[in-house]
Amino acid sequence: MSRIIFFFSEAFRALRRNGAPTLAAVITTVVTVVLLGVLIPVFQTAQAKSDEVRNELNVQFAVYDDATQAELVQAKEKIEAIPGVASVTFISKSEALATLKSELSDKSIVEELHTNPLPASFQVQATNASDLPQIEREVMGTTGGAKKNPISPAISNPFSRQQSTQQIAKVTSALKIVLSVIMALLVVASLMLIGNTIRLSIFTRRREVEVMRLVGATRWFIRWPFLIEGVVVGFVGGLIAILILWIGKITIVDPLSSNGDSFALAQHNSTIAFPVLIAILFGAAILVSTIGSGVTLRRFLRV
Amino acid sequence: MPRLRRNKKRAPEPVRSRGRRAPIIELNDVTKVYPGGHMALDRVSLAIGRGEFVFLVGPTGCGKSTLIKTLIRELDVTEGSVRIAGRDIGEMPEKKIPQLRRNIGTVFQDFKLLPNRTVYDNVAYALQVIGASRTEIREQVPATLRLVGLSTKLHNYPDQLSGGEQQRVAVARAFVNHPPLMLADEPSGNLDPVTSIGIMQLLYRINKTGTTVVVVTHDREMVDNMRRRVVELYEGRVVRDEVSGGYTEESTTEFGMRMQAEMGVGPTGERKTNGHGHSLAR
Repeated sequence: MSRIIFFFSEAFRALRRNGAPTLAAVITTVVTVVLLGVLIPVFQTAQAKSDEVRNELNVQFAVYDDATQAELVQAKEKIEAIPGVASVTFISKSEALATLKSELSDKSIVEELHTNPLPASFQVQATNASDLPQIEREVMGTTGGAKKNPISPAISNPFSRQQSTQQIAKVTSALKIVLSVIMALLVVASLMLIGNTIRLSIFTRRREVEVMRLVGATRWFIRWPFLIEGVVVGFVGGLIAILILWIGKITIVDPLSSNGDSFALAQHNSTIAFPVLIAILFGAAILVSTIGSGVTLRRFLRV
Repeated sequence: MPRLRRNKKRAPEPVRSRGRRAPIIELNDVTKVYPGGHMALDRVSLAIGRGEFVFLVGPTGCGKSTLIKTLIRELDVTEGSVRIAGRDIGEMPEKKIPQLRRNIGTVFQDFKLLPNRTVYDNVAYALQVIGASRTEIREQVPATLRLVGLSTKLHNYPDQLSGGEQQRVAVARAFVNHPPLMLADEPSGNLDPVTSIGIMQLLYRINKTGTTVVVVTHDREMVDNMRRRVVELYEGRVVRDEVSGGYTEESTTEFGMRMQAEMGVGPTGERKTNGHGHSLAR
């Protein structure tokens, strides 16, 4: 028991007497934790948003006006059977016209038409947006450069309401990769930063460790105070960072997200809950700081 | 497996009792080759009995410091065996090394004090390491600091002390748990002659309590005047091992006065004003 008190008093003495390195370690922890605390939700939201965009992508197939009801039912079944197809929706001529009308600002254009020029169509969505081109080729029977031979005589032509289907699919997957890379780099940079700070503070005290070994201190006798120091630095740094994050949340994010859906970032379903986030960050701050000091110390403890 | 190896190694040597008779330091053909090929110690054999006061001399780079480092197993020897109080420390498991070091007081030229601790805490640390109780620490630390003449500087930090005083703290730290063996590597290397004599006087006094003292130095004059056993190393080999001058039993005060007279520094009257030696002159 007196030993535990001794280790704690040693740790706090070191923290007091090494003010500058201690402060540096705490600030490093604060910066890293704040950075992660902001980026984790942003990253998650960006991921979710890009998934959403991709899910809205589809390809449409126009059907001939003279197709019979039986042909249409058969065509729909055939399209649904293609692997990767999530859903097939039939859009009638009048539905297509209504949609067009709702999207045009000058509605008189539609009203001036005497007949409905729009074809009926099948709207096909894929489980994965990048499969859409493949699905299109299968429906049109052009797989492997073959001549156009649709799987149903009712189908005339493919068309995309969003011409940029493929581009969007590409951009969103690129976005995912870029975000993942940035996230990974940040985590690595944070770990190195913390490791470096700890190393620096221990390096300035390697003489101290040398003397301790000289008078016959065991490894754990030397190590415990350093580990406790690591825990304290992680604890204090984590606490300050979480305070900053919390203030940021209630002063910036919350008012914005209550303003309707214009800023739905923090409200997104897939975004991690704030308490869970801070618990993870807090735990990570303490763990990294402690492991960091323990591992770095190994170098100096070799007999 | 380790048992078998030990038996094999011991077989050719004469059987030695591990009791009080065994020399406190015993080196058998110790060779140390540093990575890179430099041979620091070349088949050194040496035995130092309990209670001896031995000087280890020789020019820079002759292996004195290497020898000291092998005694506390800061360095492993390349060949041969080092026995401390009958135990082969080369075969000691790593876990036992702190235990070994607790029984050997060490003093270095650069003092090696902890700069963040007061004089008191520096000395107390050596006791905290061995798990001494608070009561023991409260008794032993002031007593030892009184012995080295620093009872008025308990709460000073090392950088507030003179070199001689810092070395006294180092000696106090080495001696506070009364180890049977004390090693001093150039203890007076950074100090002026008067202060050096003070430190030697202190080591002499410690030796008189029964502790074996080994002092590394290249202060030839000091060695000659101390009239104790001298082991000289040259290029890693023992080239001389003898008692220089006539050994006489004398008190610490007599010792100090004779040393000062023979080395031609400060008459007794001047010593009283130099601030260190006076507490030892009891």
